[in-house]
Amino acid sequence: MDRIPILKLGDALLVTIQVDMHDRLATALEEDLTNKIVTLGAKGVLIDISALEIVDSFIGRMLDNIAAVSRILDADTVVVGMRPAVAITLVELGLSLSGVKTALNVERGMALIQRRLEPEDEDADEQD
Amino acid sequence: MPTSRTELLDIRSSDDVVKVRQQTRVLATEAGLSLVDQTKIITAASELARNALDYGGGGAVQMQVLQKDGRWGVRLTFEDKGPGITDVEAALKDGFTTGTGLGLGLGGARRLSNEFSIESKLGAGTKVTIARWKV
Repeated sequence: MDRIPILKLGDALLVTIQVDMHDRLATALEEDLTNKIVTLGAKGVLIDISALEIVDSFIGRMLDNIAAVSRILDADTVVVGMRPAVAITLVELGLSLSGVKTALNVERGMALIQRRLEPEDEDADEQD
Repeated sequence: MPTSRTELLDIRSSDDVVKVRQQTRVLATEAGLSLVDQTKIITAASELARNALDYGGGGAVQMQVLQKDGRWGVRLTFEDKGPGITDVEAALKDGFTTGTGLGLGLGGARRLSNEFSIESKLGAGTKVTIARWKV
């Protein structure tokens, strides 16, 4: 079965969704990401959906689930690159993705994750 | 100028749900719908195709490019031979589900469409028709 690749980017994981996902692929991504967060000790997950032409309730729920599970595993999830037409449609569909952080692009999403990590770095500096 | 046409697609697997989305885009583009309107009807189609699969045990969709009152648009009719819906009014409310979904499919599809109708018969199946017209 196909898998969506998950890349390591510093302390974060980057997933770029480039295909029109069928449901099994979405479920597999949830499992793969959860495993990678634990095995790599990732502190953040960036999900780039700029190639997605639609987000329906199934994909919306997948994004919510990934965010909820990674939160429990001490990682932040940021969904980046949502197209304007997709955002308009999502709200009308009734999905607000309230549990998911969003950013306009990968760079800003990464900055969000870094911001959360910075205080720990400062503590480490003080101890030196 | 678009031309009227009708297509039929089976919905038997989650790959077919993807095909329904892709073909809806083709027809919506042909009908000249704006990007936002295309996105809305494709999203609605995705919800209804998945409903037919998950709750209707599979089914089919009739897809049309057509003209009504001088406006071009897309009309989709989803039909399954599943158990039918006991309480259609309840099923249209957000958050109502008999499965594991979010319960946004039917109500969401109605909000995303210019036209929406549903007929359901217990033990016989469900038929949902949606349309989106060019502004």
